[in-house]
Amino acid sequence: MSGTVAVIDYGMGNLHSVASALQHAGADRVIVTHDANQIRAADRVVFPGVGAIRDCMAEIRRLHCDELLQLALTEQHKPVLAICVGMQALMTSSEENGGVPCLDIIPGTVRHFGHPLLDADGTRLKVPHMGWNEVCQVREHPLWEDIPDRTRFYFVHSYYVTARDRSLVAASVEYGCSADAALARDNLFAVQFHPEKSHTAGLQLLRNFLNWNPAC
Amino acid sequence: MGLAKRIIPCLDVDNGRVVKGVNFVGIRDAGDPVEIARRYNEQGADEITFLDITASHQGRDTTVHTVEQIAEQVFIPLTVGGGIRSLEDIRTMLNAGADKVSINTAAIHNPELVRQASERFGAQCIVVAIDAKRVEDVEGKPRWEIFTHGGRKPTGIDAVAWAIKMAELGAGEILLTSMDRDGTRNGFELGVTSAITDAVDIPVIASGGVGNLQHLVDGILLGGADAVLAASIFHFGEFTVPQAKAYMAAHGIEVRV
Repeated sequence: MSGTVAVIDYGMGNLHSVASALQHAGADRVIVTHDANQIRAADRVVFPGVGAIRDCMAEIRRLHCDELLQLALTEQHKPVLAICVGMQALMTSSEENGGVPCLDIIPGTVRHFGHPLLDADGTRLKVPHMGWNEVCQVREHPLWEDIPDRTRFYFVHSYYVTARDRSLVAASVEYGCSADAALARDNLFAVQFHPEKSHTAGLQLLRNFLNWNPAC
Repeated sequence: MGLAKRIIPCLDVDNGRVVKGVNFVGIRDAGDPVEIARRYNEQGADEITFLDITASHQGRDTTVHTVEQIAEQVFIPLTVGGGIRSLEDIRTMLNAGADKVSINTAAIHNPELVRQASERFGAQCIVVAIDAKRVEDVEGKPRWEIFTHGGRKPTGIDAVAWAIKMAELGAGEILLTSMDRDGTRNGFELGVTSAITDAVDIPVIASGGVGNLQHLVDGILLGGADAVLAASIFHFGEFTVPQAKAYMAAHGIEVRV
């Protein structure tokens, strides 16, 4: 039983696909909201994000989503899944928009891939990193259940995360450098790719999130 | 191993039906867009592009509804283009469930729209579509010019210079269609494809002219494209997406299987 899943909506774009993918993965109930009471009452929390980090952070703070996220993580101990810019927002700061302080829930950086970005053999790589890349699972986690190592997920981003504490890295992705594709700590799981756009593998990850009981 | 090259089936939709013409005339009906999108999703397409070629306003409402239905059932990225003229149009399509919008003529009339859209919604969802036609300069060397109105109206704009400008304004991707090749099944116009892929740092989708699987391979290996878009070879059941991927993989191209 997944219970109610709250998808935190801080007004930065379409959360339709996240919500419908969660439904499709078997969620009992999905609500898309920034209402404090609804998020507090939910059983699971999804923290998505698209767009530019400066606007995202401004809205996250204005709507007090940062406090609700902290509450869910450290007091209520609910399973939390952060996606793409949602993951970047957890870090200490981002280079995007000339430098933006973030939530510092997971200490680490968010840096631009760089120009020009070159592969190990000198091939030029396009930025954004857009498309299906192999996710290398660097440690075991319940969210990898039934997902083979090196399964491809859909990415679209120009900035990449590096967590300071390397023991939190649950997966990495190679794109001119090694970027953190997934981070895990206690009841928090964060992914740079878009599970809601990653076809069967993405739906499996969402299903694993819905079944995840980090307290046990 | 790294990032896979993408195969993107394209649905050209007129009044709620998938159609595909030869050089935009001689339209042939290929079916219900929701059903077709679902089929490509199941076949392992990497993305789907939905181009609305409906002229009427009434038809636009049908499009929004169709996009909503596709987004509810298809869990791969969906790009919607055709008739996107304002930030409001972009918002409408993103809210309906599109992951990206493709801007074409409106960018020519108002390039600032690309900058504003990219700042507001993020570069990741702004695709600029370029319809290029081969012309010759005074010395008889080939160059490519942007045409509007389904390839009938020249703009005088150089396609390569335009691609660079669009990337600078914040486009996240270029959808490049050769108007000489679209619907001909003679393969991509590789000259303009490689000229633009070399000129910009953002990904380029090659489009226009795919008639067989070797054309897809050529678009990537010779044209340097990051993704290949095709319509009729998939719509009429001639090839499936897995067949296309197997063929590409056999030619050393990394694909998602």
